[in-house]
Amino acid sequence: MANDIKAKVRLPASIRKGDVVEVKTLVEHPMESGQRKDGAGSPIPRRILHSLRVTFGGREVFAARFEPAIASNPYLAFFVRIEQDGTLEFTWKDDDGSEFRFSQAVALG
Amino acid sequence: MREGRRVLLQRAVTLFAVPAAMLMGPKAALATPQGAADHLRKLEAGDAVPGRISIDMADIAENGNAVPITIRVDSPMTEADHVQAIHVVAEGNPSPGVASFLFNPSSGRAEVKFRVRLAQSQRIVAVARMNDGSLRSAAREVKVALGGCGG
Repeated sequence: MANDIKAKVRLPASIRKGDVVEVKTLVEHPMESGQRKDGAGSPIPRRILHSLRVTFGGREVFAARFEPAIASNPYLAFFVRIEQDGTLEFTWKDDDGSEFRFSQAVALG
Repeated sequence: MREGRRVLLQRAVTLFAVPAAMLMGPKAALATPQGAADHLRKLEAGDAVPGRISIDMADIAENGNAVPITIRVDSPMTEADHVQAIHVVAEGNPSPGVASFLFNPSSGRAEVKFRVRLAQSQRIVAVARMNDGSLRSAAREVKVALGGCGG
């Protein structure tokens, strides 16, 4: 399960209608590439967050697919145009089949 | 005498110049520019022309485990003219794929920042697909002091 995942999302302190804001995300996750070997020489199986979907007010605003070349504890920053109050919903999908969701309220002002 | 020293020096240099790829053992076959191009072709059909897209990263990365990279496309991000996708590949990693990012006009700006693993010095290639289907590409060489070994 992905219960060991923690996410931090950072937005600008003040957002006005129509602003294109930078959304900075940082997730605690090993992003195990599948290329490494353990001490006994056997391969450590791949386990990465392979996708992220971001919606605002239920509409997709950004999405990503990741390969093992993404560094562990992945940092990702992207932009969203904010026209009204709402909630940014993040869904990360893990190779282990689990999903990790995170919500960030956005208030104009 | 001098010859002997010179040969020894060259051997020492060769010893230290062993690429990170070799330290990773024989199983870690690395991608090639051709492999990266083939991977991109699977993601987007068509020929990309240079321009409008840029890759921003340090020329030399001390540590290949987490190399900061910024990719941006010059686009107004309107309904009529916006970026739909950016794909990133690495020509010298164990596998060429890095990430794909999907945008729409609500994204507001076609720009992403993240951190990539790089197994060795190599070229990074990014391709953007616009809403009219046209493709734009950029490439950037990066030297990696300590390979991320993909792990």
